[in-house]
Order: sequence, then C-alpha cells, then structure tokens
Amino acid sequence: MTLLKMKFNQQRRVRLAQGLWLMSWLAVTGGAFIFCLGVYLKTELLRRDEVMENAEIHVVPNILMMVGLASMGTNWVASRVCQDSLDVSRFPRWKVPLLAWFAMAALLCCLLLTVVVLSYALQGSLEDSLKVGLRNGIRFYKDTDVPGRCFQKETIDRLQMEFRCCGNNNFKDWFEVQWVSSRYLDFTSQEVKDRIRSNVDGRYLLDGVPFSCCNPASPRPCLQNHLTDSRAHYNYEYQSEELNLYSRGCRQALTDYYMGLMNSTGPGVLSLFSCVQMSVLLSMRYLQTAVEAAIASENPEGESEGYLLDKGVKETYQDVRAKVLGLLKFGQVDPSEDASGAAEGAKTADTEKAATPTPAS
Amino acid sequence: MAVLKVTFTKTKRDKLAQVLWILNWISVVTGAILFSLGIFLKVEINKRGELMAGRDIQYVPNMLIAVGLIACAINFLGGKICYDCVDSTKFLRWKLIMLPYIVCTFFFTFCVLVGALMCYGMHWELEESLDMGLTQAMRFYKDTDTPGRCFLKHTVDMLQIEFQCCGNNGYKDWFQIQWISNRYLDMSKKEVVDRLRSNVEGKYLTDGVPYSCCNINSPRPCIQQQITNNSAHFNYEHQTEELNLWMKGCRQALLESFTHIMRSIGFTVLITWLFELSVLTGVRYLQTSLENVLRQGDPNSDSCGWLLENSLMETARTNMSIIKSLGKSNQINTEYHPTNCRFFYENVSK
Repeated sequence: MTLLKMKFNQQRRVRLAQGLWLMSWLAVTGGAFIFCLGVYLKTELLRRDEVMENAEIHVVPNILMMVGLASMGTNWVASRVCQDSLDVSRFPRWKVPLLAWFAMAALLCCLLLTVVVLSYALQGSLEDSLKVGLRNGIRFYKDTDVPGRCFQKETIDRLQMEFRCCGNNNFKDWFEVQWVSSRYLDFTSQEVKDRIRSNVDGRYLLDGVPFSCCNPASPRPCLQNHLTDSRAHYNYEYQSEELNLYSRGCRQALTDYYMGLMNSTGPGVLSLFSCVQMSVLLSMRYLQTAVEAAIASENPEGESEGYLLDKGVKETYQDVRAKVLGLLKFGQVDPSEDASGAAEGAKTADTEKAATPTPAS
Repeated sequence: MAVLKVTFTKTKRDKLAQVLWILNWISVVTGAILFSLGIFLKVEINKRGELMAGRDIQYVPNMLIAVGLIACAINFLGGKICYDCVDSTKFLRWKLIMLPYIVCTFFFTFCVLVGALMCYGMHWELEESLDMGLTQAMRFYKDTDTPGRCFLKHTVDMLQIEFQCCGNNGYKDWFQIQWISNRYLDMSKKEVVDRLRSNVEGKYLTDGVPYSCCNINSPRPCIQQQITNNSAHFNYEHQTEELNLWMKGCRQALLESFTHIMRSIGFTVLITWLFELSVLTGVRYLQTSLENVLRQGDPNSDSCGWLLENSLMETARTNMSIIKSLGKSNQINTEYHPTNCRFFYENVSK
C-alpha cells in the first residue's frame, strides 16, 4: 500500500519541477542566512571570550554554520536535479546520488531541531562558564603589571560600562576582593595597615567599587567609597539607594544578552527554514518517483504516479533495516565457511599444543 | 562658430540616447544617496542637539535633502526623455521642453556644488556652536532636579564615556564650575563652608572631576578627587600623570567626529556634481544633434551636435537682447508692415 499516492501528468510534472527549482533556490538563500547567523553569534561569543571559562556554548554557532553551508550545497544539488528531471536522458544518472541526497536532507532537518534544543539546554553551561570567568576577572583586576593578566582591568571596566552591570552577582562582590593594587597603597598609613590586618589573607579590602560600576542615570555624582557607611556621605542611605550603582550582576546581564540573541533567532528562523527544507524534501521525493515511473512506462510524456513511500511505513522500515544489516554482514565472515574454518583452526591449535609441552618438561 | 562641435551618425545618436538613459537612472540612484546622506546628517546633528547651542546648522542637511529629491525628479524626467530620443518621431514630443530642461538642470548643478561647499564650510559654525553648547551643559550638570535640564548630567556623562574626552578643552574646566548639587552638600561642615566662601559667587569648587572622565586604560584605579594634590595619593604626580583621566577635550573630540562625517559627505556630493555635469553635457549633445537632424529632414543622416551654437560671447549677447526684448513686448508695436497691409486689402476686396 503506497503512502500518499498522487497522479501526475506531464504538465503537472513540469510545474512541480519548476516550483521545486524556485523553492530550492529559496532554501539556498535561507542556508546562506543561517550561515551568517552562525557567524554573527560566534563573533559575539568570541568578543567576550576573556570572561568565559570554557567554550561549550560555541557548539551552537558551529552547528549553525555547518548546517548553513551543508544546506546551501544540498539545495543547489536539488536545483540541478530539477533542471535535469524533465530530460529523459539525463535524469537516470541521478538515481543513486538522490538516495544520499535524501539522507543528507533528513539529517539537516534533525540538526536544525538539535540546535534549537541545544540553545535552551546549554544555558546552564553558559552561566557556569561566565561565573568562573568573571570571578577570575575580578580577582585579577588589580594585576595590571602581570603579563597575561594586564588586560583584565580594561576588560572588566568595559564590560561593566557596556552591559550596565557590576560584579558577578552584584556590587558586593567587589567588597570581597582586593581590587586596588599594592603598588598604590601607602603602607606607612595607619588606615591601610588596619585594613590589611583585619582579614586572614592580609588583603586590602574596602567597601568601595571601581568607577565602571557607576550609573550615569543617577541624579547625584557617583559615590564609590564607603558605600556601607550611611554617615560617610551627606543625605545618603545605603539600604534605600538604588540609582547610584548598577544593581544587576554581570553574569546575569551577559546570560540574558546571549539567551536573548539565541532565542530570538532560534525558534522563528530555524522553524521556518526547516519547513522549507521539509517541503523541498517531500517535493523532491514526489518528483523522483513520478519521473522514474514516467521513464519506466511506454509513454514518457504521459501520466504517472508519484508517492512518498512504496510500501507502508512499517514495511519500508523493515526493508531498510534488512538492507542495512545485509550491508553490514559483508564485513563479517560467512557462517557456511565458518564451520570448516573452525575445524581448521582446531587442527592448528592441536599441533601447537603438541609443540608447546616440550619446554614445560 | 560652434563650441565643441561633434559629428554624430545615426547609430552613434542611438547609442548616445541609450547610454544617457542608463546614466540618468544611475543619477536617480545617486540622488537617492544624496537624500539619505542628508537624512543621516540630520539624525547625527539631532543626536547631539543638546550639546549644540546658538547657531542653527540645520540648513546643511536640509539643503542636501532638497537637492537629493530634486536630483531624483530631474534625472527621472531626463531618463524618460532620453528613452524617447532613440525614436525621432517621439523626440518631437519633447522638442520644446528639452532646452528649458537643460537650462534648469544647469542651474541645478550649481545648487549641488553649493551643497558640497557648504559641507566643507560648516566647520567653523559647528565649532562655535559646540563650544557654547558644552559650556552650558557643564554648567547645568548639577541641575538634575530642574525640569528641562535634568537629563544633562546623563548626556554629558555618556558623551565623555563614548568619545573618551573630559570637559570642554580639558579636565581643568571642571575645576571652574560647581558640578555637585547643593542638595548633596553638608552645609554644617567647615570644609564645605570654607570652599563656598573662597570665591565671589559662592560656588562649591573642587579640584575633582566626574567619574565619566576616568580613563579605562589606566593601570591604576581612577583618581577623581584632589587631582592637583600630589600628597593626597600614594605614588602620584599630577603633572606627569597622563593615563588617569581622558586628556582630550570634548569639543575637539566632537568636532573631529563631525568633520570626518562632513568631509566624506562633501566628497560624495562633489562626485555626484561631476557626474550630473557629464550627464547634462551628453543630453545637450543629444538635443542639438536631434534638432539638426530634424532641420535636415533625413532621419538617417549624419548631424552635428554642439554645446553652444555660437561662441560664448555671442550667446551671452543674444540672450541679453532676448531678455531686453521681453521687456519691450508690452509696448504697442507701431512699425509699418507693408506686406501685411497688402495681404489684408487684397483679401478684403475679394
């Protein structure tokens, strides 16, 4: 019982081929667009590479770029098949390549679905990577004289100003880290000595933040030092002050930014593109079966039938499974030869066993 | 003696008409580009509108927008004319319009040139306008509670961060104005009262700058207060310290940015002007050669095309006399025309 059989006369076949040609070129442009999307996402991730600890999230743009390129190639092949489909002499040479084409197109659809799932699933990994990366950045903020870390100050300052955030979770992260380098501390001063003695590690901790945490929307000139001391500044209350510094943490800000980027493009664009790809796949199948039937019949210009699957879904699956197993069996040894081979093997083993006892004795 | 006479065969005329048709359509595109450049410039000037005071420099983008639109219209008409000129019967439709069209386009190209020169000449007015605007903005930096000025703090902070500049000419401009509002000054403290009494106008002046002046390339956490006091900070000398704050003044930074934009736009407009002029020359040659073909009667013959029929001086003289005679046409014509009278009496007697 064939699946979704349809009748095609010559005119309908021609129209199907033309429509499929247009759709495949549309899919090529879609593939180019997906590739560009992948490139854009990758460049955005690479720009903030210094505050990310691992590159797990990069699998999303990598797959997007691969899918984009692969779909461009696949759909270009589809357009060439369409051009040849109405020529009786040229179409038969596509018989075997079309099988590979169907497998490739199905794989592309699956990969697109995987990308959408991954972009949601990898959020946790991104957050963890940012947590460690930002913690290191904040810890090495003061090390502007250490090679390999001298850029951390500028990176963190730029990040905080651009994304309007402060610290890892919030501005209090800066209270736990020494972000003023010892080169600029006057060790003869009593205040400095007190602060250094006040904790086990001998670090100069203060309740202040770098200038890049300052919020320009505040009506008041920025307060950076003695933040927890309400008496240190006139008309200032630490608990109720919200506008002075950025209240968001940089990890949250960056995660929101990247998730926004991936989720705004993901479902919309990718589902649209996979619809186009699926319709190209189905139309190609109809075209292939219809044209092959037309060529096989006595009248190539007459009516023919096109279908999706020759037999039902279950039977087709069993057929395919048997074929694949048959292909795999070529690698194994044939069972009929195995018995004689085993007998020979046993004989050689016996002769070896007879040879080996001599050293034991 | 004609100016720059060129002989045209039929095929050359046809090819000239086709080429001019394409060039006119390209000119429509360049006109659209001029229009969009004018809009871009208008948007850029409006973005910094709060920092520009006094002089109105909106006339430059307005001119560019108008010129762009008119260029689109003129070249669209020119394209239609040239398309019809391939066929000499259709040319008769446009015959009377072509000369006025060419004259109008010639004066229009002057407008394009003026537009280009304005782009380059805007520099000085812009500098004055920015100077006044920045001084005012810095003065009202502290007035975040006054309606109409409450956004100036945010504007100036974002400007200093984005353009990497501080103050009008340099960071010392901040020492001369009170940029901390009285709402945040503890008037009971002796230090505050001393500072207020130290100058005639009673302003709270400090040797400190807002945080947006801080240079992110500095290896050291930013020093914003007591900048001129070397002993206030460890290992600090304010005369040699260059990386702590932004050294450039915001007026200079903004001016550089705008000058760069203006130069690019001016250059594009000049190129457009040259292109328009060459298209106009082609259209003039086409018009004169087609008129000569009509005068000769044979559509397939060779004809001459020129820029001016007589030399420049004679053309100027004839045009002046035409303009003078236009003035005289209002007077009654009292000259004796014997031929007219004879014709009239002959017909009356019949």
